Amino acid sequence: MAYKRQIDRLPIIPKDAKEFNVTCHYCIVGCGYKAYTWPMNKQGGTAPGANKFGVDLGQQQDAQTPNWYAPSMYNVVKQGGQDVHLVIKPDDNCVVNSGLGSVRGARMAENRRSDVTGTQQQRLTEPMVWRYGTWQPTTWDDALDLVAQVTARVVDKGKEDDLFVSMFDHGGSAGGYENTWGTGKLYFGSMKVKNCRIHNRPAYNSEVHSTRDMGIGELNNCYEDYELTDAIFLVGGNAMETQSNLFLNHWVPGLRGDSMDKKKAQLPNEPHAPAKIVIVDPRRTVTINTCEVVAGKDNVLHLQIESGTDLALFNTLFTYIVDKGWLDNDFIAASTFQGPDPAQAENKAYPAALTSFKAAVAACKMSLDDGAKICGLSKDDIVKAAEWIAKPKDGGARKRTVFPYEKGIIWGNDNYRTIGALVNIALATGNIGRPGGGVVRLGGHQEGYMRPDESHVGRPAAYVDDLIIKGQGKVHHIWANDHYKTTLNATEFKRIYNKRTNMVKEAMDAVAGGTRAELIDAIVKAVDAGGLFSVNVDIIHSQIGQAAHVILPAVESGEMNLTSMNGERRLRLTERYMDGPGSAKPDCMIAAALAQNMERVLRAMGKADYADQFKGYDWKSEEDAFMDGYYAHTGKIVTYDRLRAMGTNGVQEPVVDYKDDKLVGTQRLYTDGKFDRHGRPDKKALFCAGAWRGWQAPGKADEKVKYAFLINNGRSNINWQNHFLDQENDFVSDRYPFPFIEMHPDDMAKVGVKAGDLVEVYNDAGATQAMAYPTPTARPGETFMLFGTPTGQQGNVVNPGVNELVLPDYKHAWANIRKLADAPEAVRGISFKSKEYTA
Amino acid sequence: MKCNQLVEVGRRQFLRGGLVATAGAAAATMMPGRAKAAPPMALVEYPSNRLANLSDLKLNEPMDIAYPDGDSPGVLLKLGKAVEGGVGPQMDIVAFSVTCPHKGFPLSYNTDDRTFNCPGHYSRFDAEAGGQEVWGHATQNLPQFTLRIDAKGDIYAEGVDELLYGRLSNVL
Ligand code: SF4
Ligand code: FES
Repeated sequence: MAYKRQIDRLPIIPKDAKEFNVTCHYCIVGCGYKAYTWPMNKQGGTAPGANKFGVDLGQQQDAQTPNWYAPSMYNVVKQGGQDVHLVIKPDDNCVVNSGLGSVRGARMAENRRSDVTGTQQQRLTEPMVWRYGTWQPTTWDDALDLVAQVTARVVDKGKEDDLFVSMFDHGGSAGGYENTWGTGKLYFGSMKVKNCRIHNRPAYNSEVHSTRDMGIGELNNCYEDYELTDAIFLVGGNAMETQSNLFLNHWVPGLRGDSMDKKKAQLPNEPHAPAKIVIVDPRRTVTINTCEVVAGKDNVLHLQIESGTDLALFNTLFTYIVDKGWLDNDFIAASTFQGPDPAQAENKAYPAALTSFKAAVAACKMSLDDGAKICGLSKDDIVKAAEWIAKPKDGGARKRTVFPYEKGIIWGNDNYRTIGALVNIALATGNIGRPGGGVVRLGGHQEGYMRPDESHVGRPAAYVDDLIIKGQGKVHHIWANDHYKTTLNATEFKRIYNKRTNMVKEAMDAVAGGTRAELIDAIVKAVDAGGLFSVNVDIIHSQIGQAAHVILPAVESGEMNLTSMNGERRLRLTERYMDGPGSAKPDCMIAAALAQNMERVLRAMGKADYADQFKGYDWKSEEDAFMDGYYAHTGKIVTYDRLRAMGTNGVQEPVVDYKDDKLVGTQRLYTDGKFDRHGRPDKKALFCAGAWRGWQAPGKADEKVKYAFLINNGRSNINWQNHFLDQENDFVSDRYPFPFIEMHPDDMAKVGVKAGDLVEVYNDAGATQAMAYPTPTARPGETFMLFGTPTGQQGNVVNPGVNELVLPDYKHAWANIRKLADAPEAVRGISFKSKEYTA
Repeated sequence: MKCNQLVEVGRRQFLRGGLVATAGAAAATMMPGRAKAAPPMALVEYPSNRLANLSDLKLNEPMDIAYPDGDSPGVLLKLGKAVEGGVGPQMDIVAFSVTCPHKGFPLSYNTDDRTFNCPGHYSRFDAEAGGQEVWGHATQNLPQFTLRIDAKGDIYAEGVDELLYGRLSNVL
């Protein structure tokens, strides 16, 4: 049944409604929105003088009107303790999205917690402690005291390896500079926690080590570059679905030719044409279909490679482009390392040597024949791709190409060398720091990272989830991570995690009615015997939260002031426009309160020295955390007031000045040809000398031979990340009550399933479930499963294999598929038609 | 096959044929004057507009309509099999708005796979699944018109199940 809201009118925003700057807290694009609030007993009218828009709302409004909002953009929330009307709608004046909303962001209002409309009642409101055999609500003082008492028993000055920490490092959502600073200061400042990991991977490491080691930060261009470019070389990304408004508002104009005037005006001395696009992906995505519609099939080249062979393709392209001489030799000479080689030798921490251009050309050499064979492509297509991205334009001007990449290679085979090989091409063709260029991570969340130095973590970093499986760690602090839905080797992880945390639950139950000291002793005894004490800070009671002993409720963006930057480093302040649920707090304030409790408990234990390390958290609000972290560590330029005044357009980082009442930012990085991300004093970029070496992570090659289906996986446009709010959103859960697994109809026939039937996906690593979605464009033997869902976790069948730096290869799992059940009731009536637009 | 009729659909399209008289009558019953006098309803009060007669419909050929007024184009469709929200002897007759709930572009009907497709940003909706958004950017499924068929086989629209794009009240 298609979900219908049965809402046929909405309250009108009155002229004097309060207005707040909002950046969409979902994906990396960070679209600008405005929140409007007004008292429950007031409403605007249709007359132009009676509403915020100043137009006659008694008339039908035209397409693309700013004067309309959908029911999903409306809610009733608390503000200063009072119920108020809330509308959050896309901002036409934001250069990121120009008024576009996506199926995720345009549901922001609906995904706020409301006691009046009943939305998001799953949000946590009070701290909870495992007591009397279940979770009991309690106070912050009670809960934090328990956390501090137990934690203080397993750590000591310089001995903090029994404390494991999972902490998000992103912006957007509940992340941002304030909150990463709060947790960072606690675990990397007051303590030096080594056994920690990030929200989407089992270690504390970079997703893109190689580009950074080569000197190039991964967000180096601006969104306008897609409007100025000659070609886009998209790798392992599905921008239409997962960076929707970047694609619609910046790629489409470039591909369709709408930006021709801009090109001619900004880059007058060269010929221009609408951009072409090369898309490297083993799967045909809706992005490819849309590109064909907007640019014409002749301008879209889908390199449908054998999954996992990207490195071979890039090395082949690099070799071919070098042979043809389509290079920016001046740039290579002036801005890249000239020897003696290597600049960095290959070793345990560096999965490839980093070198001069010449040494990399030698190391990466791959013929067209070999490349075509490994990648399963035609030589002609590889040559065509090389021509599109590098062959000089008429008159000899260098081609401008953007090289965006995302999880297809980040969570892919041989992460380090593959990303390095892509950056090699961008460097050799002079496409970094120039208009219409860039070699960039597209991104999932926004960014908002500000933490003390993390070098004590080491490289390679600890493989935390594996250590937990192996019985290490005694106390686990989790900040908005849900390993149960998003880690690899998840079947085993959950089995062990449940067991270890149950040991502690049983120990706690056994001393019911005892004193606090008896409780702490019982917990410590249980963790010494192999148990794990789990503290979960989150906005909802997550799946891993089911194993927790203490649950602490956090707030999200909009319930607190929060700063983040998007994929072109655009920094904005989302203003607090509503109250958080119950007594929920900003993560930074929870971290501060935890630090203060640690100080108190350690002092009482007679460890004054150690206790002193937990000073410095007397923040009154998130703004204090911002000043302590971001402001103090970025040149003391950006304040809340200054950022608020910059509105939804904000300022692009790094922020270099404050002039004429405006923050002054940086449109593109590396325009001066000096590269510093690796920290080398010579500021020269390095090339990556990484030859193709087949399947890199342990177990992948064998698994591929053993099982019938590739279980490729990723996101869809409608589901935000691990579905934490969307699992309670009727519109979303109605569309996909179970994770889909796209299968070729012939494969479905082989397995004996119809559209919507539940299948079990199983291999040596574990098993999971999904709903079969017939997909004629899928390659037989290759499926695509929605990841991170509450009703079937793809990570259950991903083996534990990681790269040298503990980057998981989530994209490569092979498994068998069997029928589990006929289509469940919830699935009846949903659409199983093609997701591809037809004219 | 594409529905050529729909390409021509403008938002200011005039109502045609038998529809005009009924719509005119309905318009009279929904004048704002009346709303002012009455206490507000839980739902807006929808006109009952005659769209067509059963005998006018051909299998899988969308017929242009508008509801609840001329500024809200839609189509009436006979799908030949029972579907969600379907009326008539075969429970197969449905009517939908063809203004995209994302940003208001006019949708076109693909008779091959019976979907509505949006040239604005490439969303698509399933005519056989209550207008469910198969894939897209809109945060609503496609507004479907509630239908009633009388003894003579005349088909009336009498309600809408989602907010129509471009208006903060379905009945202006
Ligand atoms: S594209 Fe991303 S940032 Fe923009 S509205 Fe959608 S989810 Fe939010
Ligand atoms: S207007 Fe239809 S998809 Fe945007």
